[in-house]
Amino acid sequence: MTAAPPGLEIEGVRFAYGARRALEDVSFSVPGGTFCALLGPNGAGKSTLFALISGLFASQGGRIAVAGQDVGRAPVAALRRLGILFQSSALDPDLGCAANLRYAAALHGLAGRAASAAVAAALDRAGLAERARDQVRTLSGGQRRRLEIARALMHGPAVLLLDEPTVGLDAAARAEVVAHVHALAQQEGIAVLWATHLTDEVHPGDRLVILDRGRLRARGTAAEVAGGRDLRQVFLALTAAGAAAETAG
Amino acid sequence: MSGALVALAGIVRRDLARFLMQRGRLLAALVRPLVWLLVFAAGFRMAIGVSITPPYATYIIYDVYIVPGLVGMIILFNGMQSALGLVWERELGSLRLLLTAPFPRWWLLLSKTVAAAVVSILQALVFLAIAAAWGVIAPWQGYLFAIPAMFLLALMVGALGLALSALVPQLENFAGVMNFVIFPMFFLSSALYPVWRMAEASPFLARLCAWNPFTHGVELIRFALYRELNVQALAALLLATAAFGAAALWLYDPARGTLRRRS
Repeated sequence: MTAAPPGLEIEGVRFAYGARRALEDVSFSVPGGTFCALLGPNGAGKSTLFALISGLFASQGGRIAVAGQDVGRAPVAALRRLGILFQSSALDPDLGCAANLRYAAALHGLAGRAASAAVAAALDRAGLAERARDQVRTLSGGQRRRLEIARALMHGPAVLLLDEPTVGLDAAARAEVVAHVHALAQQEGIAVLWATHLTDEVHPGDRLVILDRGRLRARGTAAEVAGGRDLRQVFLALTAAGAAAETAG
Repeated sequence: MSGALVALAGIVRRDLARFLMQRGRLLAALVRPLVWLLVFAAGFRMAIGVSITPPYATYIIYDVYIVPGLVGMIILFNGMQSALGLVWERELGSLRLLLTAPFPRWWLLLSKTVAAAVVSILQALVFLAIAAAWGVIAPWQGYLFAIPAMFLLALMVGALGLALSALVPQLENFAGVMNFVIFPMFFLSSALYPVWRMAEASPFLARLCAWNPFTHGVELIRFALYRELNVQALAALLLATAAFGAAALWLYDPARGTLRRRS
């Protein structure tokens, strides 16, 4: 593991909305080529952590680095190595697939031939080359997600963040997206951080971080955390224990 | 072309494409000022004559007077609508896509404002063409000089809109912004009546009109249309643009966390 390129490093990150603490002393890392699931119930702090990694919020403590670039000190360099899939769709439904991709290419400073090549490659990756000119609103939910994943990868990021990427997808599309992103991590050496509250999206060999009420409850491979039990039961037990401890305290 | 300019061009192109896709938006944007010009001004032409006021060399009919004000109206409404779009985009995730592009935040917000300005100027030029067909014709150079004036007013409105959209977390409250910001800004300006006419009615209201940065935007456009530079209006507009721009940047600063309220 020490040979893997630096992917995402998170050390002692804290964040509070006024008096309400959203994240407390969160530390973990995702090396290149690794799929890491960030498992947590609603309100665990997953979205807050993503907003900190992507520089939308300024960190209040701790350190975050993307491919070795400190998000606080070198935000532009860090963003250049980061691909993000937002929870809510960031596609323009009225514009065509290619037009959406071209906009994203421009946002990364790609123009002319470089942009055309990146758009074509992304359409291929999404399996939507034939639908380049079709409006995004005519795509299925699964196709839109594939397009968004391809868009997030256009600038060749080292780290890919996905915030509950399967929300609203049917079972078949969900399984396909889960498999697709696992393959991306393995084949292209990307560090993937996948936030979810669904344990069946986690493979036994994945890295796993369980977050609950802003604190890390478990960290390791999914198989280690489960310890031979059903991961869902372990997840529910851990988050319930957190709730009990909070009530007692 | 440097990466930052590519991003600026990409943002402008996207907003233009979105605008052109929504034909209804151009129509809606033109109906309001056209009703004022073709109906309201026709009715008022008999009631109000505007005596010789710079930059006009002769007595003018009311139609001629309000055309620059209506250009200002287009820019004001469109700029605010873009800001409203920003609130909507913030919910959709598009704003996050924009703000996570690898460029300084001020550059991304400026690009967004420039994009809105380009769309506004396009609408204003279509309106000026219709006004010319109606008989309100400025010297041809005036139309060229008016473009930078319109651009500056659009930047001021855009910066104000950005600051407001950062302050207003819910869409519902934006209707309030329309009522409490847009309408007062429009009616307390020189768009529909010269400030000296207002002074006859109420010196206090006239003072508000004179302080309103929108008044200076309208006057800058009015003078530009007749090939004149209103230095005072230019200075006031630059000052207001800088102030609102600084406020917008301050409000969108991640350390202050305006964005985080929503998520």
